[in-house]
Amino acid sequence: MTLILNDEKIKILEEKAKEIRVSVVEMLASAGSGHLAGSLGMADVFSLLYFHVLLHDSKNPAWEERDRLVLSNGHICPVLYTAMAHSGYFPTEELGSLRKFGSRLQGHPHREFLPMLETSSGPLGEGLSQAVGMALAFRMDKKENQLYCLMGDGELDEGQIWEAAMLAGKEKLGKIIGIVDRNNIQIDGTTDQVMPLNPLKEKFESFGWHGIEVNGHDFHALNNSIIEAQAITDKPSVIIAHTISGKGVPEIEGNYRWHGKAPSMEESQKFIWVLKNSGASV
Amino acid sequence: MGFKKQRSLRLKYFMILNPKLFLSDIELKSTRDGFGEGLLTAGDENKNVVALCADLTESVKMDSFAKKYPERFIEMGIAEQSMASVASGMAAEGKVPFIGSYAIFSPGRNWEQIRTTICYNNANVKIIGSHSGVTAGEDGGSHQCLEDIALARVLPNMTVLIPCDAIEAKKATIAAAKTNTPVYIRLSRPKTAVITTEETPFEIGKSQVFFTPKERAQAGIVACGHMVYHSIKVAKELEDEGIFVSVLNLATIKHLDEEGLLHFTENAGGRIVTVEEHQIAGGMGSAVAEFFAKKNPIPMEFVGVKDLFGQSGTPDELIQKYGMGEYSIKEAIKRVLQR
Repeated sequence: MTLILNDEKIKILEEKAKEIRVSVVEMLASAGSGHLAGSLGMADVFSLLYFHVLLHDSKNPAWEERDRLVLSNGHICPVLYTAMAHSGYFPTEELGSLRKFGSRLQGHPHREFLPMLETSSGPLGEGLSQAVGMALAFRMDKKENQLYCLMGDGELDEGQIWEAAMLAGKEKLGKIIGIVDRNNIQIDGTTDQVMPLNPLKEKFESFGWHGIEVNGHDFHALNNSIIEAQAITDKPSVIIAHTISGKGVPEIEGNYRWHGKAPSMEESQKFIWVLKNSGASV
Repeated sequence: MGFKKQRSLRLKYFMILNPKLFLSDIELKSTRDGFGEGLLTAGDENKNVVALCADLTESVKMDSFAKKYPERFIEMGIAEQSMASVASGMAAEGKVPFIGSYAIFSPGRNWEQIRTTICYNNANVKIIGSHSGVTAGEDGGSHQCLEDIALARVLPNMTVLIPCDAIEAKKATIAAAKTNTPVYIRLSRPKTAVITTEETPFEIGKSQVFFTPKERAQAGIVACGHMVYHSIKVAKELEDEGIFVSVLNLATIKHLDEEGLLHFTENAGGRIVTVEEHQIAGGMGSAVAEFFAKKNPIPMEFVGVKDLFGQSGTPDELIQKYGMGEYSIKEAIKRVLQR
C-alpha cells in the first residue's frame, strides 16, 4: 500500500500541520475576521490529505484523474487555502489577501473566483450532495476517482446531509469517504447543548454507510482510517475524526466562542509563538 | 415599422401557427408532455444528458427518459434540496442534469440550493418546475406555485423559459440542453391549446409576435405560457369591438428580448398589458416593467394574481377567480387604452 506511513513521514506531516496552523493564524489576523477554531482543529487532517493521501497535481489542478475534495463546511476555508498554497497551487503570499476586496480567497470558497476549487461552499449541508453527484457521474462514466467530503459536526443538523446520506447509501457509492470534524462545538454552544448528534456513527451506519471513529490528531490512526475506508467498495464510508477546536493554542482549545472569531494582531503574535514553540500537532 | 409590414408579419405568423388556432377543436396537450418528448430527444442527441426526479417521475413526464436510459436516471426520493446539489456535482463532472419536480418544490423548496450550488457555481443544470400556477387545480393553494418566476429570475446566471405550448416546451427543452448555464423551465399540468407548429421558430432570448390585428394596433399584450393562447383569442375578439391589439409571445423571461420588446411596443400604440399565471409582484410583468421604466416609460397594466394564494378548483374556475380570464384581459386592455 502506498499509503503506509513511517515515523519519518509523520514528522514531515507534523511540520506541515504546524506551518498550516501558523499561516491560518496569520491570515485570519490580517483579515480581521474568519473562523479560527475549526481551521486549527482540522490542520492535521488537511496535512495528511494534501501531503500524503490525495492524488492531485497542484500544477495541473484540472487533471481529470485527481481525487475530488469537497469542503462542505466552507467556513474553515482558511485551512483549505493554506493547505493548497503550501502544496503549490498558488503562492503562500496570496494568503494575506483572504477576505479582502478583489481577492481570489473569498470569505467562503467561491469557484468562480478560484476555479481550482471543486465547488463553492459556505451555506451548510450542501457539500455531501455535490460529492454524491460527482460520484454518480464517475460511475456512469466508469471512472474510479476517489471522493472526500469534509463536513463539520454542527453542519450535520442540516436535513440535506441526511438526504444525501440516504442516496449515497441507496446507490452504494463506495468511492465516497466522508470526514466529519467532530469537535463538539458550534456557534451557540456545544453540539450536545444545541442539537445532540450521538450516536453519530450508528446514524450513518443505519443509512447504509461504513462508520469509523478516530482521533483526528493521530496521523497513524487517521491514515489507517483512510486505508480502511478506501478498502470498503460496496458502501460509502464516514470517518468521524474527533478533533479539538483551536488545536495547538491551548488557551482557545475547545472553546466554542472561537468558532467564528479571528485573533487580534497581538493575540496572533502570541498564538504563533505558542505554535512555534510546542509540539503542537502531536 | 409601417402598417404594410405589420400586415405581412400577420400573414407570416398566421402561416407558422396552428391553422386551427381559432377553431374549437384545436389540439390540447400539456407543456409537461412537450418537455418529456424534448428530454428524450436531448438524451438521444447527447449522452451526457441525465435526469433526476424527486418521486414525481411520471407526473413531470420524465418516465420515457427513465425507461429508455435507466442508467442515466436518478430517483432521488422526496428530496428536492439534495437533488439540486447532486445535480450541481454531476454538472461539475460534465453531465447535463435535468432536475424535475413541481415548481413549488423546485425552485420553491430548494431555492437556496439552486442559488448556492447551481447559480453561484454557474453549473450546467436545468431546473424543471411543473404544475406551476393555479392551473395545478384541485390539489389546492399549497401546490399552486405563483412565485417561481420571481424566484428564478432574481438569480444571477439563470435563464428563465416559459413555453407557450407543448411544442414550444419540447423545443425549449432541446435548446436548454445545448446551453452550458443554469436554465429554469416553467411548465403546467393541464392540457392546453397547441398554438405553434413544428415549423414555428424558437430561439432562447427571442420574443415573437403571434398576433397582429387587421388594423393598426392601439395596444399590445405581452404574454407567456398558456396565457399566450388566451391573449390571442382576446385580441381576435376585440377586433370585432373595434379594438386592435397585437400579442407578443415572451417565452424567455430572462434574459429579456429588449430589442423585440421595444419594437413590438412601438408598433402597439406605445402601451401594453402583461399576462401571466403568476403573482404580479416579481413576475414576467415586473421584468418587462423594469425594462420599460428604465428605457422608455409607457402605460402598462398587469394581468396576474394579486397577492393571493390559490385554492382547489378546476383550472378554468381558478383562472377566472384570480383575474386571469379572458374577461380580465379585455378589461385590462380597456384600462390601458384609457391612460
